[in-house]
Amino acid sequence: MLHIVKKEVPKTREKIIVRLSAVLAALAVASIIVLVAGANPLELYIGIVQGCFGSLYRFAATVEKMVPLLVLSLGVLVAFKMRFWNIGAEGQFLMGAVGTTLVVRLLPDLPLPVMLVLMIIVSFLFGAVWLMIPAFFKARFGTNETLFTLMLNYIALTLVTALQYDFWKDPAANGMPKIANLPENALLPSAGGFNLSILMAVIIVLAMYYFMNRSKIGFEIAVLGESENTARYIGINVTKTIIIAALVSGGLCGMVGMMQTTGVSGALSTEITGGLGFTAIIVAWLSGLKVPFVVVNSFAFAVLLQGASYIQTAFQIPGSVAEMIQAIILFFILGSEFVLQYRLVSDKTKSEVA
Amino acid sequence: MNNDYVVKMENITKVFGKVKALDHVEFSLKKGEVHAILGENGAGKSSLMNVLNGIYMPDEGQIEVKGQPVNISSPKIALDLGIGMLPQHYKLVDVFSAMENVAAGSRKTSPFLNKKKILDEMGKLIEQLGMDINPNKKVYEMSVAEKQSLEIFKVLYRGADILILDEPTAVLTPQEIKNLFEIVKKMVATGCSVIIITHKLEEVMEISDRITIMRKGTTIQTVNKEETTPQELAGMMVGDVMELNVPYVPVERGQKCLEVKDITAIDRNKVHILDHVSFDLYAGEILGVAGIAGSGQKELCEGIAGLYHIKSGEIIFEGENIVGKNPEKISQMGISLSFVPEDRLGMGLVSSMDIIDNVLLKDYRNKKGLGISREVSRDKAEALVERLNVSTPAIENHAVSLLSGGNIQKVLLGREIELEPKLLVTAYATRGLDVGSSQIIYDLLNEQKVKMKPIMYVGEDLDVLMSLCDRIMVLCEGRVTGIVDPKKTTKEAIGLMMSGVRSEGEEACSIS
Repeated sequence: MLHIVKKEVPKTREKIIVRLSAVLAALAVASIIVLVAGANPLELYIGIVQGCFGSLYRFAATVEKMVPLLVLSLGVLVAFKMRFWNIGAEGQFLMGAVGTTLVVRLLPDLPLPVMLVLMIIVSFLFGAVWLMIPAFFKARFGTNETLFTLMLNYIALTLVTALQYDFWKDPAANGMPKIANLPENALLPSAGGFNLSILMAVIIVLAMYYFMNRSKIGFEIAVLGESENTARYIGINVTKTIIIAALVSGGLCGMVGMMQTTGVSGALSTEITGGLGFTAIIVAWLSGLKVPFVVVNSFAFAVLLQGASYIQTAFQIPGSVAEMIQAIILFFILGSEFVLQYRLVSDKTKSEVA
Repeated sequence: MNNDYVVKMENITKVFGKVKALDHVEFSLKKGEVHAILGENGAGKSSLMNVLNGIYMPDEGQIEVKGQPVNISSPKIALDLGIGMLPQHYKLVDVFSAMENVAAGSRKTSPFLNKKKILDEMGKLIEQLGMDINPNKKVYEMSVAEKQSLEIFKVLYRGADILILDEPTAVLTPQEIKNLFEIVKKMVATGCSVIIITHKLEEVMEISDRITIMRKGTTIQTVNKEETTPQELAGMMVGDVMELNVPYVPVERGQKCLEVKDITAIDRNKVHILDHVSFDLYAGEILGVAGIAGSGQKELCEGIAGLYHIKSGEIIFEGENIVGKNPEKISQMGISLSFVPEDRLGMGLVSSMDIIDNVLLKDYRNKKGLGISREVSRDKAEALVERLNVSTPAIENHAVSLLSGGNIQKVLLGREIELEPKLLVTAYATRGLDVGSSQIIYDLLNEQKVKMKPIMYVGEDLDVLMSLCDRIMVLCEGRVTGIVDPKKTTKEAIGLMMSGVRSEGEEACSIS
């Protein structure tokens, strides 16, 4: 009979080898689907690489897909570090975008720099408030934040739908349910396809690295996440810490709403998130809640996203095939965690003693 | 003669990662005997029994039960073979009665509860064993001893005739231990065989027929009780001869430091978990706190540390009342109070963090500004590891939960002492530690006492309390039943107070 034995902590080298083989194995399995879809797998995979790095324009598109995912993942990470399961990044993203649009509607004639700063602040606050609501109830009454944050996603989505189809519907769009595009003085400046949100993301990454690893409050968040009893024992103000973490987590996700509206889509819509708020949860988790790995993994995911959209047009295969490849890779990577942590031992063989 | 043995375990080896928990262990159990397994913490007693009970699969070795070679891969199979283990943490449904708990999960019962049949069967067994179980009593109304009896009963009811008791006496009063041993003797008389895991020598000498001594995952020897002495057993248990006496250091006691006046606290079940508790604590003394588990010790410690809500009364420390202040406020008042809680990894330390970060827990506030610096804590952690001889592969990136129990406690107590506290409160500081580690802890506490620190020591081993402490306060159901000088009293007298009989001593009188 086989049984499962826990391994000692794997070395970094082993981790890299196992993960790389997982990706290769995933690509091998995905080839079958690609063949069924009528394309040559090898050409397709080369196509993905070309689609991401083939030209400066395509590379810019990859980075454009990386930035929102990166910032959302960092936002989710802060909450997760505290074992506060913020499943509501989608909703905070949307609310941030609503806040951004609200600024433009109320003060349409501000000069660009002032407009951008104001939009950053308001989107941050909108996202933060959207997470502070469940955080307050959690700190005060011990409610379950997983369901609460998830439900708030739908409220945010329905609010945006109402804005798009009714309150903020663009009268100039010939009856199309659409919110008017932002004016020139509210769009992120860009050069060669790279817009200013990249710089914002770099600053956020550095700030979050400091916040999580070198700041008092980051340390308190980590302690609270590990054990509330210990937090109380060393005199951490639990309520205050939860609220601050929620502020940062929700705020970052809200800022993504501003980056996407002003930098990519140019207008608020129900499709603006593209499900990134959920993908961010996977990214944060795969990165072991560590900031540097979030950067690496967001890039890897961006490559998959950009590659997928490129091969759709270049190879004329359905978009769902690209999504299946993505899902298969993810599955294999998650599965490889098992290989890293456990090994199978058969009763027959004598186990070697280390 | 082989048929005499109901259990024979040969060459049992079990490896966890790099640690050999069991190394070619031999063990046998005769029919109708009480067999004690004696050993320090981490000797492999529980691992061995978990193998026998089907919780662990051995990596090597054979097991024979009642003459048949068997492969025990789950507790269910173990029970089919007649092997039942009393869990250390009771698994009873609080809102069910004793009878319902016995019926639940028993394969003897039909889908519909036939109360009469079960009651009849229970009655017979209860009478046979002379157990004190009321089948209709709800579990939440039961004392620890009653719950234990019920667990034993459950295992027997399910047909076990080989019973494993894992440290059954740890939570019991002397009187309850006596009752338990009566039951064990009756069980043996009816043909059961009993394995009892313990590290209390006097109990071993009282109850067992044969004794197996384990050390560091190996069996040292199996001896007949008649042919050995407690001294010899202790010797085999610890390896070389060790000073078993806990050192008492005489110190002239100083001024009054802590004054607890009439404090009362109420727990979740609306029970007075602390009931008008009053006592004083002086500089340069160790005040022992004795009592059966759950008599209010934990709440008293946490109440002083600002972690448990005190309903009424005063705790005066250096002229200030600290009741109603949380730990943050207490430290802001400039009172450095060190509390070594019972739950080391769940409260005192963060189990997944390394030693540096755990030292940082109490340090990070001292640095000005928003940032933290691990440099100071690194130096402190290094000093701590060196001074207390903590055995760890690294102080960085090595979670404290991976250390052994003794080393974990050294980290916690060492950190608290390094803070130079004005008051030291320890709860079960040596629980789960082996003799050597305990010795280090006692020495540390005595060192602090010499430095004229007031120390409150909540303990469970009366022998240790009586030789280590200057005074012993006894708690029973949240009330102080006596504060006594251990040099002028007997263990029995303290045992009586633990079960609620008030001391006639002068100090106790001033309380009531």
